[in-house]
Amino acid sequence: MIDQPRSRSRAADLDQAPILLELSHLSTDFLIKDSPPAHALVDVSFTLREGEALGLVGESGCGKTTMMLSLMRLLPANGRIIEGTAQFGGVDLFSLSEKEIAGVRWKEISMIFQGAMNALNPVRTISDQIAEAFILQVGRVDKKVVDDRVISLLDLVGISADRRKQYPHQYSGGMRQRAMIAMALACNPQIVIADEPTTALDVMIQAQILELLEKLRDKLGLSIIFVTHDLGVVAEMCDTVLVMYGGVTAEYASVDAIYNEPRHPYTRELLRAFPDLNRPTAKLASIPGFPPRLNALPPGCRFAPRCPIAQDICHIEQPELRWIDAGHAASCHFLDLLPDGPAAAASPNTPSQNLLNSES
Amino acid sequence: MTTTDQSVIIRGTWSTFLRNKMGMVGLIALVMAIFIAVFAPLLAPFDPYEVVHVTIDDIYAPPSLEHPLGTDDAGRDVLSNFLYGARVSLIVGFFAAFISIVIGGSIGISAGFFGGALENGLMRFTDIMLVIPDFPLIVLLVALTKPSLLNIILVIGFLGWTSSARLVRSQTLSVKERKYVLRARSIGAGNPHIIRHHIFPLVLPLMVVNTVLIISLAILNESVLSFLGLSDPTMISWGQMLNFAFSRGAMSTGAWWALLTPGLGIVWLVLACTLLGHGLEQVLNPRLETHHLSVGAEMIARPKIPPAHLEEGAPAPGD
Amino acid sequence: MEEALPPIIEIKALCKYFPIKQTNLFDREEKFVHAVDDVSLVVGVAEVLALVGESGCGKSTLALTLMGLEKTTSGSLQIAGQEVTELKGSGLRAMRRNIQMIFQDPYESLNPLMSIGDIVAEPLKVHGLVKDKQARQERVLLALEDAGLKPAASFIQRLPHELSGGQRQRVVIAAALVLEPKVLLADEPVSMLDVSIRAEILNLLLELRERRGVSILMITHDLGTVGYVADRIAVMYLGRIVEIGPTLSIMQNPQHPYSKALLSVAPVPNPRQRRERIILQGETPNPIDLPPGCRFHPRCPVAQPHCSQIDPRLRLIPAGHEVACLEVKPKITSGPG
Repeated sequence: MIDQPRSRSRAADLDQAPILLELSHLSTDFLIKDSPPAHALVDVSFTLREGEALGLVGESGCGKTTMMLSLMRLLPANGRIIEGTAQFGGVDLFSLSEKEIAGVRWKEISMIFQGAMNALNPVRTISDQIAEAFILQVGRVDKKVVDDRVISLLDLVGISADRRKQYPHQYSGGMRQRAMIAMALACNPQIVIADEPTTALDVMIQAQILELLEKLRDKLGLSIIFVTHDLGVVAEMCDTVLVMYGGVTAEYASVDAIYNEPRHPYTRELLRAFPDLNRPTAKLASIPGFPPRLNALPPGCRFAPRCPIAQDICHIEQPELRWIDAGHAASCHFLDLLPDGPAAAASPNTPSQNLLNSES
Repeated sequence: MTTTDQSVIIRGTWSTFLRNKMGMVGLIALVMAIFIAVFAPLLAPFDPYEVVHVTIDDIYAPPSLEHPLGTDDAGRDVLSNFLYGARVSLIVGFFAAFISIVIGGSIGISAGFFGGALENGLMRFTDIMLVIPDFPLIVLLVALTKPSLLNIILVIGFLGWTSSARLVRSQTLSVKERKYVLRARSIGAGNPHIIRHHIFPLVLPLMVVNTVLIISLAILNESVLSFLGLSDPTMISWGQMLNFAFSRGAMSTGAWWALLTPGLGIVWLVLACTLLGHGLEQVLNPRLETHHLSVGAEMIARPKIPPAHLEEGAPAPGD
Repeated sequence: MEEALPPIIEIKALCKYFPIKQTNLFDREEKFVHAVDDVSLVVGVAEVLALVGESGCGKSTLALTLMGLEKTTSGSLQIAGQEVTELKGSGLRAMRRNIQMIFQDPYESLNPLMSIGDIVAEPLKVHGLVKDKQARQERVLLALEDAGLKPAASFIQRLPHELSGGQRQRVVIAAALVLEPKVLLADEPVSMLDVSIRAEILNLLLELRERRGVSILMITHDLGTVGYVADRIAVMYLGRIVEIGPTLSIMQNPQHPYSKALLSVAPVPNPRQRRERIILQGETPNPIDLPPGCRFHPRCPVAQPHCSQIDPRLRLIPAGHEVACLEVKPKITSGPG
């Protein structure tokens, strides 16, 4: 079981590739003492096919990390999945018991954590920590077999075998990230969730890590979920993008559609706020205000207080997620008003009433 | 800090503290003890210093209407002695703890802030003091000097600072590295300014908590000293009451009131301080569940790269 | 542009070496971390210069020496005409009024127990300016407004944890502005902020340059923001400047292999664009044992044999900026430069 490679269907045939994971209507709450629960996620869905790279994009508090923790059933004690299903391999992950989910975690779906640099135990060797990742899942085997597997995993990520007995502090930041990737691949999973895999790394190391992930994706037929705020990483690596804001889905589409035909005002504004090296002096937009606080969510659309085209209805009623065409969905009351791409929405940021309130 | 900000923080701290049951219980218990100590002359039915003429029946008389807690080995009212005895325990507790915290705090901040040879010297000295067994040394010093209230306070105070020194030094080291201290330096602030405005306010909450816990230790120490007969015999204290009771046959007579009363008094005080101390710790320590900076705070946007001590992906207030 | 007024910052041959603690009693020679190794640069009045590079390139150390928080090993450093390396004590403190720093982490740069008003007033108190409470309060309000926190009066009593990341960063900027410095040293000022609010802060910095004529030295690794704010860029590698010149010139026509590589891998938000990415192998070597000759040659994709023997200097090239690379042809000038 450990050593079977998987074949891959590439982006062109993505539509034909079998669906690996289907997340439907996930809602997660955080219980807070003496307060109503914070709705961290509301009705989020996506589909992940074999070999697909999905980008989960959003800023602080949008819920993307919460979503991943929900999926892996690693929520902290006060987190609750209150609705939704996650169909994987014929089972609903949310209905599994603790014991059963432990069998899925790491073996089928593994995670590269944010701040990987600090997620390694400083007093154990890299070899030990990688071995731990698959020994726990597979049961104890012969020492030589374990060592061989560690060496081959390190080789996969470009770390030479003679460094396996070293400690994390002897590795540079980039190498530690590679070690984390090796750990995530230890049980040959089908899906890898990479939570901000390149934040806090230098640009060149980032490029190396992304190149590595691309190579691994081809070689092992992995599906990857990139959780990030970096639109550049998403553009380079992902096939599909899910843009989140304040715990709900703002837009969900292929990477091409997101960047070239964004329909949700937040997506548009976010793209305008991201510098483009090809036009270095083009005016950078910013979105006034700041992301909503989860226990003080605005009624109606979560983005309304900061939205340049918000109308009265936006402050009252939450927009539904609507399918514009196959594979492209967005949640906005005015999807029909702005059928064209970014050019049509090049409006100056007009502060709405709520904005003034949220600033003070 | 200006008085305005201090009041904001104090009000916030107070309201958070009010919700902390453990701390409130401790505080109320302590306040009760202080109350009876202060108003002892008004509350006590008898003056314990008055000379009484007793007969054999008055010695170790069981509780009665006249003597609600009975009488002791000399026929004096246990209740009155108890009320007056609170004074010594509390006076020694507070003053000795104060001395300890001043010494410990100064050593801790100096060692932590200046580092180098000074830190080495101070901390090695602290280590030596830690290694020496406290109590035998206290006994020795008190026995060598005149047994008086002042001496006891001084001795307990001068030997009780080691734990706070280490604590304060740790906290100073951690605060020293914070970015806002670097920013203060980049503004041009010198050491005195930084210590006064940045280090000290952040070390103070820990010192307060530590003081309360040291108070309970000091009270215990004093009680034991009096129990061993090393304090001024003319001073009424709970330890002294226990001393007399034990050495003058309360056990064999079955005069439980003479033993339980001072004993429970000591337990009451120590428990009060401990509860108060733990309650304060919960309120003032930002790493624990609730703390004073969470006053009215809504959740703020999480940083993308959360500081190491924040939990991943779990927005919780007051973090 | 720069001829009219003398430059506000003038750095000549600045070096900062950190000695390594000897763990071995028998080490023959003392080893150093060559954090900043012979850097010269000039920042004009009301100019925005970006220092770009990865970790270990020396940009942060350079910032610390500029702020007087680290002593230089050798070289000259002049701010507003004053030689900083010779200053001590009160002279050094007075110099700090000319150059103020904006830090990277808005969540750690503010003392959680101090009110916003006190934080912004602190520099005034430290320097003993404006003794009168009322006048001081007015300066504070002005600084807060200049930093875009309006209405300023509503922020005075608040505590840092009540503010968002962007607001906190504005407080840091206000505290830097209150002394009316001539230079703002911004160390990764937006890297820890959400993308949607970065532009605000960057626009604020540009505004301050316009309104107050303050120069900005920005340290960053993010080439995207550099293109937006900077007039000139200096690319650093292992303690040296390898390329320096006008922003557009360098971004559109990078000449040094390292600059080319950096620009080629900077993420671009356009999936249809497939660029030729030059991904360098390995990591930046430690600045202790520097390679002989050009310090970039071990990782350079176009290194030639002579690169390991000769250490290139910065030279003006036809493209209009300076490059330190043996493989790039310098501009031939007819007379002395």
